[in-house]
Amino acid sequence: MRPFTYTRATDATSAIKLLAENPHAKFLAGGTNLLDLMKEDVERPTALIDISDLDLNDIKPITAGVNQGGISLGGLGKNTDAANHPLVRQHYPLLSQAILAGASGQIRNMATNGGNLLQRTRCPYFYEVAMPCNKREPGTGCGARDGINRMHAIFGWSEHCVAVYPSDLAVALTALDAGVIVRSANGQQRRIPIADFYRLPGDEPEKDTNLPHGELITAIELPKNRFANQSYYLKVRDRASYAFALVSVAAALETEGNTIKQARIAMGGVAHKPWRALKAEQMLVGKEATEANFKLAADAEMADAKPLTHNAFKVELGNRSIVLALRMAVNGGKA
Amino acid sequence: MDEHESPELTEDEKQLFADLMPEDLTEIMDKGVNRRHFLKLMTLAGGGILAAQSAVAEQVLTRSSSETLPTELVPDSLENAVTVACKVNGKARTFTIDSRMTLLDTLRERLDLTGSKKGCDHGQCGACTVIVNGSRVLSCLTLAASCAGKTVQTIEGLAQGNRLHPMQEAFLKHDGFQCGFCTPGQICSAVALLDEAKKGHASYVTGNLRPPVGPVKLSNEEIRERMSGNICRCGAYPNIVAAIQEVHSGQSVEQVFRSV
Repeated sequence: MRPFTYTRATDATSAIKLLAENPHAKFLAGGTNLLDLMKEDVERPTALIDISDLDLNDIKPITAGVNQGGISLGGLGKNTDAANHPLVRQHYPLLSQAILAGASGQIRNMATNGGNLLQRTRCPYFYEVAMPCNKREPGTGCGARDGINRMHAIFGWSEHCVAVYPSDLAVALTALDAGVIVRSANGQQRRIPIADFYRLPGDEPEKDTNLPHGELITAIELPKNRFANQSYYLKVRDRASYAFALVSVAAALETEGNTIKQARIAMGGVAHKPWRALKAEQMLVGKEATEANFKLAADAEMADAKPLTHNAFKVELGNRSIVLALRMAVNGGKA
Repeated sequence: MDEHESPELTEDEKQLFADLMPEDLTEIMDKGVNRRHFLKLMTLAGGGILAAQSAVAEQVLTRSSSETLPTELVPDSLENAVTVACKVNGKARTFTIDSRMTLLDTLRERLDLTGSKKGCDHGQCGACTVIVNGSRVLSCLTLAASCAGKTVQTIEGLAQGNRLHPMQEAFLKHDGFQCGFCTPGQICSAVALLDEAKKGHASYVTGNLRPPVGPVKLSNEEIRERMSGNICRCGAYPNIVAAIQEVHSGQSVEQVFRSV
């Protein structure tokens, strides 16, 4: 690991200022991904600003503004605390499930909500500094494009990058239309809709998100919804637990009788960002919540998939996973 | 024996060393018996050469060897030094470290607490699991600098005197290990897991997440999911689950290894 200065921040304003004035500085929160990347020499910060003491852990109801009636999760709250909070479990069980599907008990105890959103791809070519990777070192090429790409994207990839985004939490947040609250060095706070927070790789794969350097995630806002009775987070992976998704599906429905009023579907493990399955959603609205309609919706979404050399299986897997997640959402979690 | 204590050998002992290890006698007289001498004696004992002097040999062999233990290292110069005060296994500890030191390396290399193991050093195996402020975490992905003011509990801090922690007892009863390398991490993880269950924490295999939160009774499937961050290359999983289930349920669980 390369040398760095370590500073423990006592207030958000000075922490953001310290970060903003050094382009090679990084915030340290849970450290579960950042420290690993520093050991691999992928991340090389010259300064770490430890923000874990900042008072940004609260989970509370939102009492005013566009998301009134929803809840707010502190950016520095731990994943474990978010997943187990009574408000989250009662009103956003999809989010609890997604968090609990990720990582291990130890890592969820360390990882923060804001940090989780900013974790980097686990593409092995990104991790191995001897390999070409446009995300790690722009202009060197993409090792995975014509390499081993079984774990890689089937939607929205470019010739410059075929990596997938790893978070489970963000997939649920995408289905739930969350907003990311960020604060900049001038003290201004703004809300970035989760759909605009992430981006496709295009010709700048080094940018995972649209968050500029020098801003701090202070909170994540979840709008009020009527999905709590019918939602499910399905994660399909190579082993039963503690593995990244081959494909995951966050599915949420609001029904009247058996008619679907609103549908939300987001997928993980298939693109450079959490993939909102808008085509599948549109197919479902106004239809009956039946297996046949779930299949039509899945077909509509997966028709656009463009698999690579080794991941064609993800197209069929994604299709079946959408159908299964929707069925489990309406059946109270039963397949 | 203290490292500064001059060796006090009896006449019999002097004779023994002069006979068996003449080349080492001066060093033994000046500095006492160290680990190398001890090992040499053990080898001689193994070959039966000490048989004639057995009474003296026994006396020497049962003395503790006095190899100098590294005392707290005080590096002359550290780049980006950070001084950290925290509580480790109930004791206040203060150390100055390079900012890059992980909690795991600090425990092992600076505080002589080598129970926590370095398996993968990348947060994938769980062998380094310790309990910080009551929660299980991975010490290989924790900077020691970030532990200032916190309480750290390691495998060495679980037993009370000579009384093992119930989880340690259960791992022994159920043979919850083979090579033992992952065991400190498994046990720390399991101890914290019990607290999580008492607080009503859910897991990915918990069916309905919506009922009010209260203490939960864990099925074996739940224990397996919650322990998924601790890998055991020997595959002692059924025994580990049995050990945790016994402590969690408070009821005797059949020893799996006897039934197969």
